[in-house]
Amino acid sequence: MASPLTVTHAPATSSEAALYDYLLRLGDDSLILGQRLCEWTGHAPALELELGLANLGLDLIGQATFFLNLAGEIEGAGRDGDALAFHRDVLDFRNCLMVEQPNGDFAQTIARQFLFSTWQLALLDGLTQSTNRRIAEIAAKAAKEVRYHAELASEWVIRLGDGTEESRRRMRDGLDWHWRFVDELFDADDIEMPLVEAGIAVDRAALRPSFDARVAEVMEAADLPPPAYPRGVKGGRFGHHSEHLGHLIATMQFLPRTYPGATW
Amino acid sequence: MLDTVLDPEIPAVSVIELGIVREVQRDPPAVLITPTYSGCPATHAIEASVRAALDAAGFGTVPVRTTLSPAWTTDWITESGRKKLRAYGIAPPPEGEAVRGLRNAGAAECPQCGSSETSEVSRFGSTPCKAQWRCLACLEPFDRFKCH
Repeated sequence: MASPLTVTHAPATSSEAALYDYLLRLGDDSLILGQRLCEWTGHAPALELELGLANLGLDLIGQATFFLNLAGEIEGAGRDGDALAFHRDVLDFRNCLMVEQPNGDFAQTIARQFLFSTWQLALLDGLTQSTNRRIAEIAAKAAKEVRYHAELASEWVIRLGDGTEESRRRMRDGLDWHWRFVDELFDADDIEMPLVEAGIAVDRAALRPSFDARVAEVMEAADLPPPAYPRGVKGGRFGHHSEHLGHLIATMQFLPRTYPGATW
Repeated sequence: MLDTVLDPEIPAVSVIELGIVREVQRDPPAVLITPTYSGCPATHAIEASVRAALDAAGFGTVPVRTTLSPAWTTDWITESGRKKLRAYGIAPPPEGEAVRGLRNAGAAECPQCGSSETSEVSRFGSTPCKAQWRCLACLEPFDRFKCH
């Protein structure tokens, strides 16, 4: 098996290369958010949230494993999900910028979860109809779990928004941090459009209206002002990440990089 | 024979009763298993146990394959599996609720005393598949297998 540290060749065809990139986007979104949620371990505000955030993280890492293993198969260079997760550097990650944002306080974490899971649920529901059977299968499993993520996050947005002065302020601040990262979630670019035409990928832009409706619904129930979207900040899909991702990866990859090839 | 392979976290039930073993194919021979939750940490252990059981019974050449589709649901837990869960102290998931999602599955029946005067303490328990409940009648805590 090829060393995980060197890539000997790229996928054979350009459509395989596009599929590989698409799977990295799906897998990296879940992997990085899973890693962020697991950072709460030992620090959550309540015992139930310790368990809850870790469980959400576990679901996400499980999804990431499926997507990245499939990406490795498509790449055909002998890399599996572990090799992709633990031996790529920042420029090769394809997650959206939203998931690499720091956790901040609990309200900021919930703001990120609410926006991401609301979007991810619609994406996964769409992918259950993918003409790529493997993607459709993974999406069907993941959608069941993400349905719960989206419910949990919206409930907490409502509880914090319609709570005390402090919880309301923190919830507004948490959401204000993340509005700028929403546009990127709905970007459909040249890599994905051929996959959309082939019925493999979902047209992200088409998901925006129902997302906006759902966000408006929850903001109203939480007695919070409607979203104030600034100009969208983008780049994650091309490896142009914020300064936060490097630190996250340094922690996540420390052990396998220090002891390459180690097994349990 | 695979009914001797027990779930590593819930050793009262077998992987057959949990619906983890999807199919035993004859021609060509293969055993198909399915993971429960995407991130279930027991998935590899279960696969290894199934492999070991097949090897011990002389079926070393029969491959074990993982299939994701259709997605595992708690509706696949057999009647005997549910009885064993209850006897072990875990309230089984209600049937037919899986399609409605994870919320509002109705009050659990206390596996100790049978009362429905129960309440959920936490949506999350010792494993991703279980929630923590308590009985207001006999005051004992118990795990409930979540609908999925």
